[in-house]
Amino acid sequence: MSVVVKNIIRILIILFFQVFIVTRIPPLHQFIVPYFYFVLILWLPFKTTRINLLVLGFLIGMAVDWFFKTPGLHAAASLLIAYLRPFVINLLLPKEATEWGTEEPNNKTMGSVPYTVYIIILTVLHHAYLIFLEWLQFGSFFYFIAKLFATALVSLLLILIADLFFNKKSTVR
Amino acid sequence: MRNVFLFIRRYAVFILFLILQGISLSMLFSSNRFHSTYFGMMAGEVSGDINRRANNVEEYFALRKENKKLRDQNAFLLSNVPSGQLMPDTGYKYVTDTAYVDSVKQFLQYQYLSAKVISNSVFLQQNYLTLHRGSEQGVSENMAVVGADGIIGTVVGVSKNMSLVMSLLHKQSKVIAILKKGSGLGEITWDGRDPGLLVLRKIPKTVVVKKGDEVVSSPYSDKFPPGSRIGWVDNVQQDLETNTYILKVRTAVDFSNVQHAYVVKNALREEMNEVQLKQIKE
Repeated sequence: MSVVVKNIIRILIILFFQVFIVTRIPPLHQFIVPYFYFVLILWLPFKTTRINLLVLGFLIGMAVDWFFKTPGLHAAASLLIAYLRPFVINLLLPKEATEWGTEEPNNKTMGSVPYTVYIIILTVLHHAYLIFLEWLQFGSFFYFIAKLFATALVSLLLILIADLFFNKKSTVR
Repeated sequence: MRNVFLFIRRYAVFILFLILQGISLSMLFSSNRFHSTYFGMMAGEVSGDINRRANNVEEYFALRKENKKLRDQNAFLLSNVPSGQLMPDTGYKYVTDTAYVDSVKQFLQYQYLSAKVISNSVFLQQNYLTLHRGSEQGVSENMAVVGADGIIGTVVGVSKNMSLVMSLLHKQSKVIAILKKGSGLGEITWDGRDPGLLVLRKIPKTVVVKKGDEVVSSPYSDKFPPGSRIGWVDNVQQDLETNTYILKVRTAVDFSNVQHAYVVKNALREEMNEVQLKQIKE
């Protein structure tokens, strides 16, 4: 299957799960709002140019905003991680990222420790920015911090599940 | 000039990032006028259609609860039908007018349009519902939306067959409310935390408030029928800075499970606003 088709199918599946299943389940607690759609940006191939990354990040964010009726909120946060992604990859991997071709970041291509660090850093950044923007509109500081950690933990769990689902071959050793 | 182009080329990615970031932030923080057009768009047919399909599945999960609610409401309505009551006078006159006049010559001020909720959220800071009723069915902006249990919200965007409702769980939502006991005039808002608790402010400390007091919409509202239930006082707190209470109100409506709603059309609303505007202008 070509890389483009594979990514498009993945985007549709994950957006569907995010919008119609995960956030429709009654919330566990007021702090926890599980988001995991941004993993789409993290899983784009290494070869994707930075301009394309930004445009794709913006479009994915706007698609989520469309359903959650928060104009620009998720777009801003996904844009931030799309911009920072190449820096984090360069930081974690010695090799020049462009040599990797159509490979995608996962357990196998990056090694499990760098991959975990990569996911955690960008998840926390995404949530921090997202919740910070919500907090700017209203809220208190303690609320901001507590919500950041609770939400990030649940999101990481969801990403782990999504990872087992989509990158089956790479996780079985 | 050459340097300018070199600069742009070198920092193209960063500049694009800033531009897109600027677009999204300006959308997020811009004025209400932008939002109203955006909502008009979002209430639109495309996302509405997807939501409707998803709701068809989702509805099955709430059937039992919804059935019970409708049965309760039916029982209440059946006990109020005229055939079960003795009328002092059987003569009536039917008058067709701009405001519909019913048999006992009272104005029927509030008209209820039933609507199905096709999308809903409670976990965001700004929560909206989408209804499967739009301008073609007579819904317009600023109409009230109530459920079988109580107030749900206000219509903010309308398209042909869909309408977008700002729920009470929205940081910009404001509803004038009173205590059912008959005293105190306050304002219902939401602090963005627990979807089961609203905040009622501006009730003066001279009023005695107890846990469990019922909170209803005020008779002065131009949208909500007076006395529509909002919830019950859950927690009484004294505001130290002012002479008022901060009351937490448990919502009457279970917002995580709203399937059907009624859009309320106030026949006298325009007239009311006209009079009030005239007064202000003079």
